[in-house]
Amino acid sequence: MTRELNVTTIDGNEAAAYVAYRVNEVCAIYPITPSSTMAELADEWVVKGVENLWGKQPDVVEMQSEGGAAGAVHGALQAGALTTTFTASQGLMLMLPNMYKIAGELTSTVFHVAARSLAAQALSIFGDHSDVMAARTTGFALLSSASVQEAHDLALVAQAACLKARVPFLHFFDGFRTSHEVNKIALLSNEHIRSMIDDELVYAHRKRALNPDNPFIRGTAQNPDVYFQARETVNPYYAAAPGIVQDAMDQLAQLTGRHYRLFDYHGAEDAERVLVIMGSGSHTVRETVDALMTRGEKVGVLTVRLYRPFSVKDFVQALPGTVTHIAVLDRTKEVGATGEPLYQDVVTGLVEAVNSGLFSRLPRVIGGRYGLSSKEFTPGMVAGIFSELTAQQPKNHFTIGINDDVSGTSLVYDVDFPLPDQGMTQALFYGLGADGTVGANKNSIKIIGEGTDLYAQGYFVYDSKKSGAQTVSHLRFGPEPINKPYLIREADFIACHQYAFVQKIDMLAQAKPGATFLLNSHLAADQVWNDLPAPTQRAILEKGLRFFVIDAARVAQSAGMGTRINTIMQTCFFALSGVLPRDEAIGKIKQAIEKTYARKGDEAISKNFRAVDAALDYLHEVPIPAAESNAREFPLAVPDSAPDFVRNVTGVMIAGRGDDLPVSALPVDGTYPVGTTRWEKRNIADQVPLWDPALCIQCGNCSFVCPHSVIRAKFFHMDYLQQAPASFPSSHIIARGFPETRYSLQIYTEDCTGCRLCVEACPVVDPKVRGRKAINMARKLPLLEQSREHLGFFEKLPVNDRSKVEYSRVQGAQFLEPLFEFSGACAGCGETPYVRLLSQLFGDRLIVANATGCSSIYGGNLPTTPWTTNSEGKGPAWSNSLFEDNAEFGLGMRVTVDNHTALARSLLVKLRAQLGPDLVDDLSQAPQVYESEIRLQRERIATLKSRLQQMDTPDSKSLLSVADNLVRRSVWLVGGDGWAYDIGSGGLDHVMSLGRNVNILVMDTEVYSNTGGQMSKATPTAATAKFAAAGKRVGKKDLALQAISYGNVYVAQIAMGANPQQTLLALREAEAYEGPSLVLAYSHCIAHGINMHQGLTQQKLAVASGYWPLVRYNPVLRNEGKNPFVLDSTRPTIKLKDYAYNELRYRILLRSNPGEAGKLMQLAQEMVDLRWRTYEEMASQTARDFQPVA
Amino acid sequence: MNLTSTYMGLELRSPIVVSACPLSEDVANIVKMEDYGAGAVVLFSLFEEQIRRENALYQEVMQNTEGAFAEAADYFPGAEDYQSGTGEYLDLIRRAKEHVEMPVIASLNGTSAEGWIEYARQLEQAGADGIELNVFYIPADVSLTGVEVEQRYLDIVKLVKSTVDIPVAIKLNPYFSAMGNTAYKLAEAGADGLVFFNRFYQPDFDIENLRVISDLRYSQHDEIRLPLLWIAALHGRVNASVAATSGVQGATEVVKYLLAGADVVMTASSLYRHGIEHLEMMKRGLESWMQRLQFDSVASFRGVLSQQNIRDTTAYERANYIRIMERARLA
Repeated sequence: MTRELNVTTIDGNEAAAYVAYRVNEVCAIYPITPSSTMAELADEWVVKGVENLWGKQPDVVEMQSEGGAAGAVHGALQAGALTTTFTASQGLMLMLPNMYKIAGELTSTVFHVAARSLAAQALSIFGDHSDVMAARTTGFALLSSASVQEAHDLALVAQAACLKARVPFLHFFDGFRTSHEVNKIALLSNEHIRSMIDDELVYAHRKRALNPDNPFIRGTAQNPDVYFQARETVNPYYAAAPGIVQDAMDQLAQLTGRHYRLFDYHGAEDAERVLVIMGSGSHTVRETVDALMTRGEKVGVLTVRLYRPFSVKDFVQALPGTVTHIAVLDRTKEVGATGEPLYQDVVTGLVEAVNSGLFSRLPRVIGGRYGLSSKEFTPGMVAGIFSELTAQQPKNHFTIGINDDVSGTSLVYDVDFPLPDQGMTQALFYGLGADGTVGANKNSIKIIGEGTDLYAQGYFVYDSKKSGAQTVSHLRFGPEPINKPYLIREADFIACHQYAFVQKIDMLAQAKPGATFLLNSHLAADQVWNDLPAPTQRAILEKGLRFFVIDAARVAQSAGMGTRINTIMQTCFFALSGVLPRDEAIGKIKQAIEKTYARKGDEAISKNFRAVDAALDYLHEVPIPAAESNAREFPLAVPDSAPDFVRNVTGVMIAGRGDDLPVSALPVDGTYPVGTTRWEKRNIADQVPLWDPALCIQCGNCSFVCPHSVIRAKFFHMDYLQQAPASFPSSHIIARGFPETRYSLQIYTEDCTGCRLCVEACPVVDPKVRGRKAINMARKLPLLEQSREHLGFFEKLPVNDRSKVEYSRVQGAQFLEPLFEFSGACAGCGETPYVRLLSQLFGDRLIVANATGCSSIYGGNLPTTPWTTNSEGKGPAWSNSLFEDNAEFGLGMRVTVDNHTALARSLLVKLRAQLGPDLVDDLSQAPQVYESEIRLQRERIATLKSRLQQMDTPDSKSLLSVADNLVRRSVWLVGGDGWAYDIGSGGLDHVMSLGRNVNILVMDTEVYSNTGGQMSKATPTAATAKFAAAGKRVGKKDLALQAISYGNVYVAQIAMGANPQQTLLALREAEAYEGPSLVLAYSHCIAHGINMHQGLTQQKLAVASGYWPLVRYNPVLRNEGKNPFVLDSTRPTIKLKDYAYNELRYRILLRSNPGEAGKLMQLAQEMVDLRWRTYEEMASQTARDFQPVA
Repeated sequence: MNLTSTYMGLELRSPIVVSACPLSEDVANIVKMEDYGAGAVVLFSLFEEQIRRENALYQEVMQNTEGAFAEAADYFPGAEDYQSGTGEYLDLIRRAKEHVEMPVIASLNGTSAEGWIEYARQLEQAGADGIELNVFYIPADVSLTGVEVEQRYLDIVKLVKSTVDIPVAIKLNPYFSAMGNTAYKLAEAGADGLVFFNRFYQPDFDIENLRVISDLRYSQHDEIRLPLLWIAALHGRVNASVAATSGVQGATEVVKYLLAGADVVMTASSLYRHGIEHLEMMKRGLESWMQRLQFDSVASFRGVLSQQNIRDTTAYERANYIRIMERARLA
C-alpha cells in the first residue's frame, strides 16, 4: 500500500470533478446550482491542457438543457465513449427519461450529482436528497459520498464499478454542504486512478458500441409478448453490483488506506440504538455517537453508501446484532408515502432479513426527516433522536431541526448539546459579498491546509441578495481531519469586516468565552466602545472577549489598494488567532500574494505587501470598560407599522432567525404577500443621489434607468407645500399652463444601492460647476434623517392619476407608480429597469410568468420580494414555474385569461336583462386602449360586482368569480437569454407560433448570469464565458429574425441606455398588439466585466457599433400596407472593438490569446456588418416583402 | 540610389518612418508598412494610465463578482491569469518582430517612475529595437517652474536609460523656453534620439452645449515649420539622432526635413488620409527629387540647409524675423 503524499484544499465539486475528468472522454453538461462548478472546472481544464488517463482532453460539450445533456451522454455512450455529466435538482429531473434508457441498456457511466432540493412550494438551491431520491427508480446505482474526501474517492469507485457491473451510477453528495465545503484532502494520484480503471473493461465498453463494421440495433420497440421478460434480464447484473462496488472500495483501500464499505457501521459493538443515514449528516452522527459513548450510551450509526442496488445482506451484516431500536433519517420528503425512501428500504430489508433468517429479530424502526434545503443538522439534533429512541413510544415519521406545531412531527432536542473540545480553532467572518472576505478566507485555508500539517475546513453562507449581500465564513483549523458538516456555534475568533453589521447583527452570540473579536472600524480603539449596541457590549463583558479594531479602509487607501480590505483583515486574523506563529503566518501570506500576483507585476505585489505590513501597525486592542455604556438594542428588522405577516414572519427571516419559525407561521401553498421589500430598509449604499431642483429639467431619465426604483417623481398643487417640511425640495413644473403645479423628485436613500446610473443618465450639465449635474452622488449619512422626513411627506402627496399622465414619453413615465421596487438585484443591474418599467406601464393588470434565473431570484427570493401594489391595492400577479417551461407557463395563463374573459362575456349576455343592457354592452364592447378607458371599465366592473352580489344564482356567482377578467389583462413572459435562447427555446418558439396574445420580454445578458456567467446561444462571438473560455466562435443567434419569420409576431430589440424613448415605445406597442410579441432587451450585467455605472454607456456603444441595432417589427403595419420593419438606430459610428474592449469578458481573450482575439473580433465585426446590411435592406423594403398576416 | 539612414544606431533602409499611431495596432498593417517602403515603425503609445485604468477595472470587477453570491462564486474563466496592460502590446512587438525586418520601436507614455522602469524593461524583453518616450505632459500646475519641467524630462530619460540597453528616443514638445539647451541636456542625459515634435491635442469648445470637445485632427503640411526651424538650428549641435515629425504629407516635407538635418522623417496623418500605400509615393517622390538634383544618397544632402551649413545663419535667427516683417509691410 502506498499512501498519497499529495494533499490539497478543494471543495466537493472539485474533488469529484477531478476524478470524473480523468476517467472520461466526453462530458456533456449544463449549468445548474450547486453542481455548475464541476462542469466549469472540466471546461477550464480542457483549456489548460489537462489530460485524462488516455493522454487526451475530454470533449466538454455544453448543451441547451439537462435533457439535452442527457441525450448527448446517451449518444456518446452508445458510440462507445466513456462519458459523464454533472447536475442537480431540476436538471436531474430532466435527465430521468434518458437515465431509464441508459440503465435499461446496461451502459457504464457515472453521473455526478450535487444533491439539491426540488422546487415544490418554492425553489431552493440548497442541499437535500429530493432529487436523487426521485431518480432511484431509473435503474442507476446510487452511491453516496458524505464528505469532500469521499466525493473524491467514491467518484473513482463509481467509475471502476460501473465498468465492471455494467450498471450506470449516480454518484451524489450533499449540495453546498459537501459540494461547496473546502476541506483538506489527500489527492488521488494519476497512478492510483489508473490502476483502478481496467482497460479491458474500457475496451469491452467500446466493443458494445454502435459500429457499422459490426452492426446491430439497440433501442427497439417491444410488445406485450417480450417486454416484461426483457425487463427481467438485467437482474443478475444488479445482484452482482454490490459485490463489485465493495471490491472497488477494497482496491481503493489497498491503494490509499481509506477503506469504505457499502454500509459503514460506527459505534458501540453492543449498540442498542442505531441511526441509519446517508450523506454528510452521517459525520455529525458519528461524532455525536462518540460523545454519547463516552457517557456509556450504547449507540451507533450506520452510514449508507450504496443505496441502490440496496443489498439487504450487506445491510444487516453491518448492523450490530444487539440493536433494538433504529431511526432512519431521510433528507427528503415523500408526501403521502408510508415513509421516506431510505426508511422504507430499511423496513422492507429488515423484514425480509428476519423472514429469511439473515437477521434474528425485528428491531423497532422509526423514520424521520432532517436537513431539507440545507437546514442545519447538528449534534444536538442527533442526540435528540437517540433520546427519542429510548421513549416508550418513539415518534415515527418525525422531523428534527424544525418546530412542527401543525402536525406535531418534530422532536425536541438540546440546542447546546456539548461535544468534547477537539483542540481546533473555529473562526467566523462577517463580510459583504463584494468585499473579498470569502476569497481571502479560501486563501487562508489554502495557506494553512497546504502549507502546514494542520487540517482546515471552510464553509460559506450567503444571504439571498445580489447587492449588499452578507457573507458569513465558517473556518475551522486543527491537528486532526475535520468532518463537521454544520455551522460554527462557538467561535474562538469572530471578525466583522463591515462596520455596519455590528450595529444590527448579534454576531457575538456565537463567541466562546475568552474568544477574540476583530472589528473593521473607522472609529479608533478609544472611541469605538461607546458606539457599540448594548447586546454587543454585554457579550464582550460577559464572555470576557478580547476586542481589536483596525481601520482597514484607511490602511487599504494608504497602501494603494483602493477599497480592497480583504488582505488586511486576513493579516489581522493570522496575527490574532494564533493558528500559526505570527511571523510564519505573515511570511506565508506574502508567499501567497507573490503567487497570486506573479502575473500582475511587481507593483501589485508591493501594494499588497504594504497592506500586510500596515495592517499590523494599525491593529489595536480596545480597552474594555467595566460596564456597558450604551442602552441601544439592535434595530427592529421591520417597523411596528408593518403588516402582521411582515412583522411576524418576514421580519423574523430578515433578522436571520427564520430557522425559529414554526410550521404554522408559513403559508401552506407557497403563496406570499407582495410588496415586502419596502419594509426591509437595507441601507447598503454609502453614497446616494441628491437632487438639485434648480438645475433639473424634469426629463425623467434618472427614474427611468433606476434599477431599484428608488427615484420617484410627483407633481402636485403648490398648496400642499404648506404642510411640507421646510427643507422639502420642489420646483415649478416645466409645462406651460400649470403655474400652480409643483414638481418634486425623491430618493429612497435607505433602499438605494448607490449604483450611480441615475447620475450617468442625467443630461444636465451645470455650466458653473464642472462635472455637476442635476442629480449627484453625495454621502448618505448626513442626508438620512432629512430624507426620511421628506419621504414621509412625499408619500402623503396624492398619487398622480395615470389616466392624466402622458406616459408615451419618458418624461411622463416618471409619474407612474413603480410596482416593482427595492429588489435585491445587483447594484446597477441592467435588467431591473425594464422590469420596473413593465410594472409602471401595465402593473395594475399585469400577470407575469417568470423563468427561473436572475429575475426569478431578485423577483421572488424570500425573505422580501419586490413586486408590489399601487395605491389602490392592485398590482402585478407574479409566478415562477421552472426554467425550461416559462413560455408554456405564460401561455397557460393567457389561455385561461381568454377563457375566463369569454366565460364572463357569455354570462354577461345571459344575464343582460338582470344586469342592465347598457352596462353589459359597455362591459363587452367598450374600448380599453387608453388609461382613461381602462379606468372606466374598472368602474363598470365595480358596478357589475355590486349588482351581482345582490343576486344569488349559479350564473351570477360564476360571473362574479371571473368578472375581473373583463379588464384587458396584460400577460408577460419574462426571463433571460438562458431561457429564451437555450433551455426554453423550443417552448418559446411554439408559443410564438400559436398567435395568442402573449408578450415576451427577454432580458438578454448574453450569459447565464444567475449561475455565474455560462455561455448561452446569446453569447457573442469573441467574448469569453464559462464553457467558452477560449472565446465564443459561433455567432449569436438572431432571435429577432427568427421571430420575424413568422410574420405575425411583433418583435422589438431595445436598449434603454441607448434610446429610452424607443424602449418605451416598443414595450407599449408590444403590449397593444393583439398577438404574440417578443421584446429583446439589452441588459448590461456584472458578468460582462464592466464598472456597473458604465452600463448605460455600454448600451449606447453597443448600439453605436451596430452590434445591437434597435428595431421594431410590427405586423399591424404590414396589414396597413407599410413596411413593418423599422430600424430605429443609425448606421454604426464606431467599430465593434471600441464597444467590446471596454468589457472584461472580451479583454480576457485579448490578454490571454491576442492572436485569437484579433481573429474572432474580425469575425465578429464581419457578422455585425452583415447583420446591419441585412437589417438596412429590410428597412428599405415594402410590406409585400414580408410574411402576410391573417 | 542609397536611401539608407541611421537612427539611434539602427540601420534603416529608408529615412521614412511611421510615427506612433493606432495604425500599428495591427501586425498586418505593420507588414504593409514595410512592404511599401517604411524604414522603421514606431508603435502606437503604451499609456501607463490606460494600464492602470484596466487594472482598476479588473480589480473592481473581481471585487464585485468573486464570492458575491451563493450561485455564482465567480464569473470569468481564466481571470486569475489575467494580465492587464502590457501583454497585448508586448505580444504585438513579438509578432511584429517575427513578420518584419525593419526596426520596431516601441512608444511608451508613463506617469510614474515605477511605470517607466517596469514597462521599459518589458518592452526591451519583448524584442523592441528601441523605445520612444512619449512624455505627453501639460504643466498646468502654476507652481511648477520651467526648470522643474525640464528636469522631469531629464529624469525620465536617465531612468529609462539606466533600465534598458536598447536605444531610447524622447519625443519633445516645442514649448521649452530654451529649446536648444533642453535638447542638448537630454542628449547629454543619454537620449539616443530626439523627436521634433509631439503634437498636443488641443481641445475646442462647443458653445451651444457648453462642452469641451476633444477630437483628433490630422496634421497639415504647414505644421512643419516649427520643427523644421529647430531641427535645422540644432543639427550637428546635439549628440543624438534627430527625427522629424509633424506635417509630413508627402515627399516635399520629407526632403525639407532631411535638408534641415533630420536622420529620419516620421509620418502618420498622411497614411490616414491616403492609406499605408502612400509610403511608396513618398519614397518615390524622394527618389525622384534626389534624381533631379543628382543626390545619390540621403547622407549626401542631409542637413545642407541646417543653420550650421548655410552661409546666412541669420535665416534662423532674429534678423530673419525682422526681414520677414519688413517684407510683409511692403506687401
